[in-house]
Amino acid sequence: MATKTTETEGFVPVKRPLTLKRWFAATGWRHAIGLFMVVFSAFPLLYVLSASLNPHGTLTGSNALFSKVGLDAYARILNTPEAPYAAWFGNTLLIAGFTALGSVFLGALAAYSFSRMRFTGRRTGLLTIVLVQMFPQLLGVVAIFLLMSTIGDIFPAIGLNSQIGLIMVYLGGALGVNTFLMYGFFNTIPASIDEAAKIDGASHARIFFTIILRLVAPILAVVALLSFISTTNDFVLASVLLVDPEKQTLAVGLYRLVSNPNYADWSAFSAGAVLAALPVMALFLYLQKYIVGGLTAGSVK
Amino acid sequence: MSIIIDEDVATEEKPTRRAQQAARIAEAASAGLKAILVKIILLGLVDAIALYALFVLFAKGQWIVFGLVLAVTLVVNWIYFSPGKLPAKYLTPGVIFLVIFQIFAVGYTAYIGFTNYSTGHNSDKDQAVSALMSSALERVPDSPAYAVTVVDQVGTLSLLVTDPDGDVSIGSNDQPLQPVSNATLEDGRAVAVDGYTSLTFQEVVGRTDEITKMAVPYSDDPNDGALRTPDGRNAYLYLSTLVYDEQAGTMTNANTGVVYSDTGKGAFTSPDGEEMLPGWRINVGFDNFVRAFTDEGIRGPLVSVTIWTFFFAGISVASTFLLGLFLAIVFNDLRMKGRKFYRVAMILPYAFPAFLSALVWAGMLSESFGFINQVLLGGAQIPWLTNEWLAKFSILLVNLWLGFPYMFLVCTGALQSIPEELQEAATVDGASPWAVFRLIKLPLLLVSVAPLLIASFAFNFNNFNLIYMLTGGGPRDAEASVNVGATDILISMVYKVAFTGQTRDYGLASAFSIIIFILVAVISIISFRKTKALEDLN
Repeated sequence: MATKTTETEGFVPVKRPLTLKRWFAATGWRHAIGLFMVVFSAFPLLYVLSASLNPHGTLTGSNALFSKVGLDAYARILNTPEAPYAAWFGNTLLIAGFTALGSVFLGALAAYSFSRMRFTGRRTGLLTIVLVQMFPQLLGVVAIFLLMSTIGDIFPAIGLNSQIGLIMVYLGGALGVNTFLMYGFFNTIPASIDEAAKIDGASHARIFFTIILRLVAPILAVVALLSFISTTNDFVLASVLLVDPEKQTLAVGLYRLVSNPNYADWSAFSAGAVLAALPVMALFLYLQKYIVGGLTAGSVK
Repeated sequence: MSIIIDEDVATEEKPTRRAQQAARIAEAASAGLKAILVKIILLGLVDAIALYALFVLFAKGQWIVFGLVLAVTLVVNWIYFSPGKLPAKYLTPGVIFLVIFQIFAVGYTAYIGFTNYSTGHNSDKDQAVSALMSSALERVPDSPAYAVTVVDQVGTLSLLVTDPDGDVSIGSNDQPLQPVSNATLEDGRAVAVDGYTSLTFQEVVGRTDEITKMAVPYSDDPNDGALRTPDGRNAYLYLSTLVYDEQAGTMTNANTGVVYSDTGKGAFTSPDGEEMLPGWRINVGFDNFVRAFTDEGIRGPLVSVTIWTFFFAGISVASTFLLGLFLAIVFNDLRMKGRKFYRVAMILPYAFPAFLSALVWAGMLSESFGFINQVLLGGAQIPWLTNEWLAKFSILLVNLWLGFPYMFLVCTGALQSIPEELQEAATVDGASPWAVFRLIKLPLLLVSVAPLLIASFAFNFNNFNLIYMLTGGGPRDAEASVNVGATDILISMVYKVAFTGQTRDYGLASAFSIIIFILVAVISIISFRKTKALEDLN
């Protein structure tokens, strides 16, 4: 077995000619499984692409794949006043973007202090973060809603129905989720670098911002991306905290749009879904190595 | 490495004064002017916002919050302006958010779980009394006509009232009538007053709905009634048919003579048990938990939802892992061509935003119009999402679609990191490929993948999006007294009890949350014991 691993399909051993049967036994069946999986994986995505190109709106009309091709549905989703898609898109980018930036910054600050400094309460702090990680913010959604409606009575700018408020809530969950992942990565940067900079007269802020942050850039990118994706996907907090349609995010808006798929404008929804998914998928496929590496590192520690 | 770090701490282990001084001077000398400026500007911004917040809180008389904000602001300034305290400087920003929106939220959930906070019980007793009184207003038959002018102050409407004796007063929905002296009079009717804009006739017509809904309390005592105007010109005295006796704490219906008393349940209750709503918020102790475990209409769904949550999470992890592992083995053969293509194609479901996937699948699985029934199954009417068992199957299938790429990637990585020599040695010793896999590869793989499986279980345990967007938790359980369906998991049940339907029962939802907290805590303790992840913390 092991000696054969370097053999390629095109290499034909002299004694045993490559018959279809032998090809199938070696790698052919793998291709069969692969094709089946490709259909299984890609089919729903092709379906949604086809539905988005269908000018007619209904679910039934979307069943004949690629029978009609037009961009009417894209025009509809962008020009429906009751479904302010462009606003949802912008809101999602803004909210997820600021949340990602804030999460990375807060997480990096905390990870730096846990990784480089020894202080009383450090172990307790790390333990607390591991524990907090176990309880997603989702579970406290009732309390967060009531808290935000109380805050809204006093400061309407950051209370219920405020995007700034929602970002603040997300940042509250940031430390628990990201610090540990970053802490592990910070530990892999030798502390002798800090020392050298310190001897050269750099302050702690300068060491952190100009040296360490650059060395840990890969993990910052991973955390930012993961945070961006999870914020984009969040429905619970966004649906509870944002009331006005123009303030909502894609997840909430598109869900409301097709809460009953039988009667919804399915093509318009599909067009919205394609527009929303394309940038995410492009980014994801481009960065897949880092993301997978980051996911593995994060959970394993 | 740790030795070097320990040197870093030297400042904290009571160094000599000279050393402290030297460190301070060095630190100050090393920080550039720009850095100091940035620091001062940032802190200035924080302080400005805090000052504004304090001002508002002071004006609204929120003393507890005022104290907290003041304390936090002082502590933040102290931390950033005093030398040293490096860990605090780096931790404070994150910790503030963590404490408010996660740790406080947990504590507040626990508190709400012990109250009757819900639709009809969401304010204090005074507000409930005035809401009840104003909901039962009836016009006094012989009420004199009060000449009124509708005036506006930054969007809030008020009535400028001239009573039959010629005295002028002003009041709004929240503000009982107060005398005014500087009103402009016209034919014995006050038509304008400083600080308010009088509405023109057209404006009155345009805002008729808003104006006819107004009820301006006559005085501080709700029993004195309120003024209402049908046309924006004349107002009449309305008295509530309810009479509130503050001493006895009872509410009497003047028409029927029924006395509703405060029985400590958060609402005025008549002798035969009828409750007047809105009531108010009170602590109910363990009532919500008692209800959850004894009320048949809640206990039944709670138990079945809990069981389904575990099954759903467990089967999801098992199915995605097995499929992912199988595919990883299948495609981990260097002889195979086009592996990159297959890999990218199979990552697609993972890259597509998850909430959209669930919605797309919901459309495809639709009973009468969906692609699966109409095209693949030739017009069958299979209730994929509305039959209890098929809905569960659909959810597991869609979750398999969503989750296998991740497991595939992870397992591929883990398989490739197993040293080739192990396999070679085993083959030389005569082990069959199956034995190599079962006895060597699988155990090594599990070591690196086990924590991910636990994480995946934890994620699916609270996989709200999939459930809510695919089936909405349905089909609904007809026997349950709460809005719960066959495919609901615990977290979606909490959401539905708290935020959907006619009554929003925050108290019961929080009690459910606490139950989830306890379950999650138990699971975490067990998994920590197994993985011993905590040993690596040092």
